[in-house]
Amino acid sequence: MTRVMTFLTRRRGGKGWHWTDIVTWVWLIGGLVIMFGPAVWLVGSSFKTPAGLAEFPPTILPYATEEVTVEGYDEPLPLFEVTLEDGSTAILAEARRIGLVAQMIDPNDPGEPVPVNINDRSPVRELSFEIDNYTEPFVHFDFLQYLYNSVFVTVMATIITLVVNSMAAFALSKYKFTGRNLVMFLILATLMVPLSVILVPLYSVVSALGLFNSLWGVILPTVATPTGVFLLRQYMLTIPDELIDAARMDKASEWQIYWRIILPLTAPALAVLAIFSVVWRWNDFLWPLIVLSRKELYTLQVGLNVYAGELNVQWHFILAMTVVTMIPVVLVFVFLQRFITTGIAGAGLK
Amino acid sequence: MSAISDIGDKTGAALAASVKWAAGIIDPPLRWLQKKAGFNGMAAFFLAPNMLIFGIFILVPMVINFAYSMTGGGALFLPDRVFVGGDQYGRLLTCSDYSRPITCTEDQFWIAVRNTAIFVVVQVGLMIVLALTTALVLNKSLRARSFWRAVFFFPVLLSPVVVGLIWRWILQRQGLLNYILFQFGIEPTVWLTDRFWAFVAAVGVSIWAHMGFYALILLAGLQAIPKDLYEAAEMDGTRPARVFWRITLPLLGPNLLVVLVLALIRAVQIFDEVFVLTGGGPGTSTLFITQYIYEIGFASVLRNPGLAAAASILMGAVLVVLTLIQLGVGRRKDPKEAAK
Amino acid sequence: MSQITLTGVGKSFGAVQVLRNIDLDIKDGEFAVFVGPSGCGKSTLLRLIAGLDTPTLGDIRIDNADVTRTPAADRGLAMVFQSYALYPHMSVKQNLAFGLENSRMPKAEIEERITEAARMLEIGPYLDRRPGQLSGGQRQRVAIGRAIVRNPVAFLLDEPLSNLDAELRVSMRAELAALHKRLKTTMIYVTHDQIEAMTLADRIVVLRDGRIEQVGAPLELYNKPANRFVAGFIGAPNMNFLPAKVEEPGGEGFFADVLGESRQAVRANAAAVRADQPITLGIRPQHLRLARENEDGVEVEVNLVEALGSETVVHTTAGNGDPVLAVLQGQRPFNAGDRITLGLDPENLHAFDETGLRLQGN
Repeated sequence: MTRVMTFLTRRRGGKGWHWTDIVTWVWLIGGLVIMFGPAVWLVGSSFKTPAGLAEFPPTILPYATEEVTVEGYDEPLPLFEVTLEDGSTAILAEARRIGLVAQMIDPNDPGEPVPVNINDRSPVRELSFEIDNYTEPFVHFDFLQYLYNSVFVTVMATIITLVVNSMAAFALSKYKFTGRNLVMFLILATLMVPLSVILVPLYSVVSALGLFNSLWGVILPTVATPTGVFLLRQYMLTIPDELIDAARMDKASEWQIYWRIILPLTAPALAVLAIFSVVWRWNDFLWPLIVLSRKELYTLQVGLNVYAGELNVQWHFILAMTVVTMIPVVLVFVFLQRFITTGIAGAGLK
Repeated sequence: MSAISDIGDKTGAALAASVKWAAGIIDPPLRWLQKKAGFNGMAAFFLAPNMLIFGIFILVPMVINFAYSMTGGGALFLPDRVFVGGDQYGRLLTCSDYSRPITCTEDQFWIAVRNTAIFVVVQVGLMIVLALTTALVLNKSLRARSFWRAVFFFPVLLSPVVVGLIWRWILQRQGLLNYILFQFGIEPTVWLTDRFWAFVAAVGVSIWAHMGFYALILLAGLQAIPKDLYEAAEMDGTRPARVFWRITLPLLGPNLLVVLVLALIRAVQIFDEVFVLTGGGPGTSTLFITQYIYEIGFASVLRNPGLAAAASILMGAVLVVLTLIQLGVGRRKDPKEAAK
Repeated sequence: MSQITLTGVGKSFGAVQVLRNIDLDIKDGEFAVFVGPSGCGKSTLLRLIAGLDTPTLGDIRIDNADVTRTPAADRGLAMVFQSYALYPHMSVKQNLAFGLENSRMPKAEIEERITEAARMLEIGPYLDRRPGQLSGGQRQRVAIGRAIVRNPVAFLLDEPLSNLDAELRVSMRAELAALHKRLKTTMIYVTHDQIEAMTLADRIVVLRDGRIEQVGAPLELYNKPANRFVAGFIGAPNMNFLPAKVEEPGGEGFFADVLGESRQAVRANAAAVRADQPITLGIRPQHLRLARENEDGVEVEVNLVEALGSETVVHTTAGNGDPVLAVLQGQRPFNAGDRITLGLDPENLHAFDETGLRLQGN
């Protein structure tokens, strides 16, 4: 750990410390805590029992009081470390508690209970991961269905986005035809008009097409992304036209030129768009919220929000499902961060 | 790891094979089409799917949005609706005393506008200062820069719902924040039920979620500034503060403007994470425009699509102005290019 | 068998006319070179023949079949591009096979043709590499190989050597000439380099501003350029031009007054010119020599002397301020500022009228 720290804090050059170096490290460490802290806290909390969640002061890692089954008692009893009157300590189980006094028994020698002041004892705790938080919502609630819906929407939308956007970008970058400038203008003009501005008419169009309460109603309005067409077109413009001429001389049909020459050469841009599309569609909230009113069609985002909005919020389930919702994005982040940062720095995507 | 990549390779190969097969199947009919239509005809074929979807789901709604904004009643489809001219706009914009939203016909709209305006100014201002600081810090010659960059970028990818829920959990009565403050002897507060603190939370959480994105753009801008400029300044004995104000900031100017406009555009539309965090409450203290449109158009009992359309067009107008500014900024010659 | 005939071909991009009224007949097995300065339309002309562009006017025939509207793929031609245009994501072998697969050739035959081409061009060892891993010369061979395997009725080559360094260019030029001898297929070659044109061509087509200036065998163009442009374009260093005036018929043609200081005999049809007609006399630097004693030559002032050993290149200025370049045999002890007199021989004089056309009988 210290070696990691020295590696992380070692500076190039090796000159003395300057006040900006101190600011830098305060900023970095503070950033680490503030940016990662909440997510770590979420994951830790998601493994706690409802009782653990209600605890104050809270702990980062999930702990639970150890319990034992004691002869003569139906329920398992919680274990405590007790300071006895003679000053020695012992591990005892709590049989019952009245006011400030608990009746404790030795689990190995269940005889007469010993009265103990509750200030003289502390619970014996162990690290315990409450897996039920994760399995219950899948088994007894609809979260498995939500997960499926989210995956379906994300995968379908991304595939369609890649296909139709790349085809359009090919036409707009490699053909000369009347109206090309008009199409480019329309695409650029709508580049910045967000879905939230056309909610009402889009809703009526989607309803008129019978796509209300259908996952396709969520997918289709998002796939003809001007951003995607624009990004891919800019990339395809860098592919030399002579390659296409060569392919035409080689008896390739236009369709073959598209999928055997252009698509493989556009792979880096397609990868960036695919990653962004996955993140966008997985995270979409407002539009699915409007189009999907039947519970079995909810995506994870909508389902989570609905459950979290109920009066009797079951935080242990909500937190666990939040973690599940976060997982794909975290995986994308960990493995494909390089693509994303180049995508943003290069094209200003978001 | 090699086993995983092996599986990856195999599925990749299988995927490639199936795509190849599918593409091969439709080649003969497309060759026939190409014979009939010629090269430029094929351009129409490639453009068609995207433009069809684009037309139906983006272009048509954009156009009929204006029609919706000039109709009244609760009917969904345009032909069933009553033409009311500019009444919806009139309703949105009429106030007896413009300094007090409560006197407006649509008091909720004005509250949302006021809240959004305050939010935009505070959130964008703070966020740009923080993003610039972060970018400057990351631009120092650090070890493991990509790790630190990732740290600040991480929340950007999280879904708004996840962001909202994480912070709801932290800000609740028995949450982490109260515990930390308790350690310093500060009394616990129920943050999200307090009008002032809920607004602060909305600003803070949205900054937390988006700051890394802008820091990344600014960092790219900083890294594009030629190193020899700094070396020249060092040779001249320029003080670091002066280097910042006279070299770094002017050369970063275009990037800062892009970041400013992008942040403004997004802040005007703020919805998802605040909706999950506070639901617009307590009361109307965190009610913003997009939520107003959503409520009036879809969620409330007295749905009024026409009013929602009118409000969205007003918001759209603001966004168009901001976008035009951005395009104007983008077209201006990059001083870094000129410096080369 | 492939004879390529162009009749009245014109091409415009919008209002810009790139080619006008091109009539050309390329014979079977001929090595034809299109040459001209950049922007003269030579590449466009090649693309029209290839089928990558369609002419606005006129028609193109291959072996008497009208192919004006036939797509590139169906003309049976193969093309080598300036940038080579190798598919960067395919191996050399796949690059060679791509066109053959598209014409649904059996796998065994594809294999056979690739092997043959690889042997001919000595690219066998690189078959599994990607183009990015090859040197410029190797890529050039692959690009030619891709054309050869197609077994085309004619090869079209668009400035194929312009991306190579000088040394490689000379050796590839020789290889291309050898290849043409062996294959005996029609080749159309576009270049802006007149040395490539002179060394490779059976026939050169000189283009300027979208028009054909002259068509002919290399030495025909060198010895009898049809106009001032061709005269200046073909041959290195460039031909010198001196203004002159027709004086009186005599000798095998007429006498001309050069710069008002010298009387020179010009071989041409004296009946086709009138007295006092302004003309231009052209003479190649290599054909200039020092005037003999008492010979009526052109006096010039030496500006710069480049002694190359076997010859001496003398940069001079004529009386009217025009530059005159002379390449004199052997070593000459001139200095800048010296005044020398250069002699002209009638058999080496090219005479052009006011419009730049070669005089009749010259």
